[in-house]
Amino acid sequence: MSFRIVESNCTACGACEFECPNAAISYTGGTFVIDPDKCTECAGQYENPQCAEVCPVPETCIPV
Amino acid sequence: MSAPLIPISGLAVSNRQEMGKNLAKGGCSSSSCGSSAGPADMDPETWAKVKDHPCYSEEAHHYFARMHVAVSPACNIQCNYCNRKYDCANESRPGVVSERLTPEQAARKVLAVAAEVPQLSVLGIAGPGDAAYDWRKTKATFDLVSQRLPDIKLCLSSNGLALPDHIDEIVAMNIDHVTITINAIDPEIGAQIVPWIFYERKRRTGVEAATILRDRQLQALEMLHERGVLVKVNSVLIPGINDDHLIEVNKAVKARGAFLHNIMPLISDPAHGTHFGLTGQRGPTAAELKKVQDACAGGANLMRHCRQCRADAVGLLGEDRGQDFTLDKLPEEIEDAPEAREAYRAWVAEERKDRQAAAGLAEQAAAAAEAPTLFAVCTRGSGRINLHFGKATEFQIYEADADGISFVGHRRADNYCLGGYGDAERMDEIIKVLDDVPYVLCQMIGNGPRKRLADAGIEAIDSLGEEYIETAIASILQSRRAHRDQAAQGA
Repeated sequence: MSFRIVESNCTACGACEFECPNAAISYTGGTFVIDPDKCTECAGQYENPQCAEVCPVPETCIPV
Repeated sequence: MSAPLIPISGLAVSNRQEMGKNLAKGGCSSSSCGSSAGPADMDPETWAKVKDHPCYSEEAHHYFARMHVAVSPACNIQCNYCNRKYDCANESRPGVVSERLTPEQAARKVLAVAAEVPQLSVLGIAGPGDAAYDWRKTKATFDLVSQRLPDIKLCLSSNGLALPDHIDEIVAMNIDHVTITINAIDPEIGAQIVPWIFYERKRRTGVEAATILRDRQLQALEMLHERGVLVKVNSVLIPGINDDHLIEVNKAVKARGAFLHNIMPLISDPAHGTHFGLTGQRGPTAAELKKVQDACAGGANLMRHCRQCRADAVGLLGEDRGQDFTLDKLPEEIEDAPEAREAYRAWVAEERKDRQAAAGLAEQAAAAAEAPTLFAVCTRGSGRINLHFGKATEFQIYEADADGISFVGHRRADNYCLGGYGDAERMDEIIKVLDDVPYVLCQMIGNGPRKRLADAGIEAIDSLGEEYIETAIASILQSRRAHRDQAAQGA
């Protein structure tokens, strides 16, 4: 269970990296990428996945 | 190279003293002879803070340059006038940049600009994104710059949501100027402008979001004011949404100590991909903007010289040299030239005294109960008429009336995107924006444009090139009056 970032939508603002409680998001080759091994979809941590909550572009941080 | 952009030699104007003497003969019949926003209008401590900041002092914007670096792209709110995916090198408006920088890259860029532009006095971080939300990058950039360039003032712009969390650090870093964008006090109105905020780990929408945002903004304003930081409040004027409401915003921010209120027109175009652009929400006309600004008179002081610059702008207001300082153009080795900035500031101090004296005399001379008259001035700074008509992409508008001569705003003639215009279209645009302005003052003008203007009822005057703006306007008014008196005597 993990989220992913739709690369073509990503503005590379980095808000998701900032908010991710699991340090699962990093900047690689012009866009941000979610490490599926670290992503928990914020289950048990927050009501909703933090990356999707803060992302300025709709449908960009979505479940794999 | 570290030569000033405005050569210090050649600034002496042969007829200035002479004109000053002539003007001194005029009496003062006006209720207010003070020139706008000078040291006489504020306490010395405040004047010391704003005198070199082009955005906080109308007077300073004639002399000093600012630069913005885009280091903090993350934002914690969504605004209906903002689209985070847009970038255009020819576009000049807030939130637009061509390259994003790491704090280290940004510090290098600031050093390079400081070494070449002695007018530089201010570094601002103003998006895209929010400088207070993406605070680590903002702080890292400021730390790097203040180590190398202690004479450059730091300022930042924020939506205010995260600001209360960083007040102590802002004060500790000697940041004297903070801008907060407040578009509404009433959450019902705010909710029409800001669809959501991200606060305390949750996306919040509607009136709840607008209420939290408003409360945090006003809290930040009060906290900063209490600590002696000057706060400018920016409001975007959105016709049909907050136009009648901005007078309430003005009162509310004044009551909490805002130093300046900057009411700016919404910039809206479907091509920008913003919510407002796509839904056909229009921006205000110049007249609508002036009406709201005038309605706020008596409240918080209004800023009327804002150019709504790009988030990576470099230079004097109204001028953007950002494209000269992109990362690929920065030299390997950057040698700072603090002595050039120091020399420039010393020159400005003298020039200011001189200009203020000239402006004071000019105002006295002009004050004899004139009907309000507008003048469009072509200038590249220093408060002088020193720009060729053909090179002007904007005009500074001055108004002469019984209260004296004052700067009332600027009008752009490039319609944000100079590239798409031919000369004929450009003249059409200029004549349109100068509709109610009978005089254009410029350093020089060609015969073709002079005739086009004349046909539209606008007189171009280029015989007062290099003169101080106020002095030139006063002398025009005087000669017009003399001409009228002569005609009356002859009749």
